[in-house]
Amino acid sequence: MRKIKELVIERALLFSALITIAVTVGIILTLSIEAVKFFGEVSIIDFFTDPEWTPLFTNKHFGIMSLLSGTLLTSFIAIAFALPVGLSISIYLSEYAPRSFRRTIKPLLELLAAVPTVVYGFFALMVVTPFLQTIIPGLSSFNSLSAGIVMGIMIIPYISSLSEDALHAVPNTLREAAYGMGSTRLQNSFKVIVPAASSGIIVSIILAISRAIGETMIVAIAAGQQPRLTFDPTVPVETITAYIVQVSLGDVQHDSLEYKTIFAAGITLFVFTFLLNTISYRIRKKFQEKYE
Amino acid sequence: MNNIRKNRLKDQAFKIWGIFCTLLGLVLLAIFIGNILIDGILRIDWAFIVNLPSRHAEESGIYTALMGSIWVLLLTTLIALPVGIAAAIYLEEYSKKNKLSTILEVNISNLAGVPSIIYGLLGLEVFVRILEMGASVLAGSCTLALLILPIVIVSTREAIKAVPKSIRDASFAMGASKWQTVYHQLLPASFGGILTGIILALSRAVGETAPLIVIGALAYVPFAPSSPMDEFSVLPIQIFNWITRPQHGFVENAAAAIIILLLITFVMNGIAVYFRNKWQKKFK
Repeated sequence: MRKIKELVIERALLFSALITIAVTVGIILTLSIEAVKFFGEVSIIDFFTDPEWTPLFTNKHFGIMSLLSGTLLTSFIAIAFALPVGLSISIYLSEYAPRSFRRTIKPLLELLAAVPTVVYGFFALMVVTPFLQTIIPGLSSFNSLSAGIVMGIMIIPYISSLSEDALHAVPNTLREAAYGMGSTRLQNSFKVIVPAASSGIIVSIILAISRAIGETMIVAIAAGQQPRLTFDPTVPVETITAYIVQVSLGDVQHDSLEYKTIFAAGITLFVFTFLLNTISYRIRKKFQEKYE
Repeated sequence: MNNIRKNRLKDQAFKIWGIFCTLLGLVLLAIFIGNILIDGILRIDWAFIVNLPSRHAEESGIYTALMGSIWVLLLTTLIALPVGIAAAIYLEEYSKKNKLSTILEVNISNLAGVPSIIYGLLGLEVFVRILEMGASVLAGSCTLALLILPIVIVSTREAIKAVPKSIRDASFAMGASKWQTVYHQLLPASFGGILTGIILALSRAVGETAPLIVIGALAYVPFAPSSPMDEFSVLPIQIFNWITRPQHGFVENAAAAIIILLLITFVMNGIAVYFRNKWQKKFK
């Protein structure tokens, strides 16, 4: 009797674990089925080469490049802002700061990632853009610069926390050796500790990039809704995610071409983040073995 | 001699830069919260909480959105909690190192990195269309439950892993079965850690906007939901809707609603940190 009960429970637990696989299969199936239908109507060559994306107009164009450029531009600005700041924070906290300071500041920094993104969107549109407009006169009220910077603020803790964990995990013997040779904390940090923790730092950066690419509300609110193939940070653009939101807000008929476009856009986004996540997972696994 | 001086100087310079960077994010957050408070604090009164949404900014309230958020939060917890904890127990205590466990592990780590809007597309196709739930509270909760599932699993595993092996050994030595050990020893011992993870996951869910917009949650609903099959709005969607309206009164509304949303998020995070600290002391 007891054996049967144990077996039933084990099966139930296994079933719960298998649900996670069903989710992945569900995502891949959903996206690809609708995307295949989409590519039945739109040529895949146009999808990748057409410079315009205007599925909601009468003169329809389906070039993902203009959405992709918006996504990459805002993500690039975000990383350009968050990487130096986040990395400096992690080095400071791990190698310079007193332990009590680190313990209080880390949860506070993580609050930055806990703030809902719609709130950041408000910040970008109502505070940062008007402020930037006083410095850059030609700045449009929807632009990728402001959205990118605010997204950068949001992902600072992704880089600082994970990198700090990696730096902190470097064995103390390395530090003692460097200090014994007479190096300063700065030399020790950049010549010994950062190289030793490089894989962990790279993982944190990749995760931050993947987070930036998939970020939706900040760009939907502050970057605009005009897909265009540009790398000018002062004009309105549209990201893949913002396009999906734009279509979802309207009244779109199921099985219409517009409906399928959000899945075609979605699968492009999914492929990108999936690749980034897989790479970071591989590096993380290798990294774990190194210190065990 | 000169070189040493120069190196020391650089060292000090980096220290100051490090402090600057550390405070930068926090100062920006503080400026932002200050701004929001100035814009919105005067707008918050009892009427703002209990009023229905309206075309007139001054009469608008967050009642339906707040109730929608509470409904979604409760249902999401009901769905994600048992599944997440059960999956974590399986992975941590039952599964052997084989191909299946590797696949499960890689898969969960990947799911945690899938953008939330993709979950929205999944929910739209599976829950709203195929299972015919419509843009209901239930469909929204199922979508968010899948979204936070990886977070719940990972944090629950960490909590269970932290229970000392001696407790397992003692339980087995008393003749307890595996499930008895899990149920009577490991779960109570890791309760604080599991709770921390779940509260953090839920604080993420309460701020999610994009996936719910994708499944078709509305910006305007005239009534608070009264059953899982009702249409709904949530606080972040209400905020988004107000932000995108040009009239000034709605900006004030958005700021006021943001204060409420931030309050909910920060309180949840605070509770989670409190439990984490309390629980960490237990094993030290």
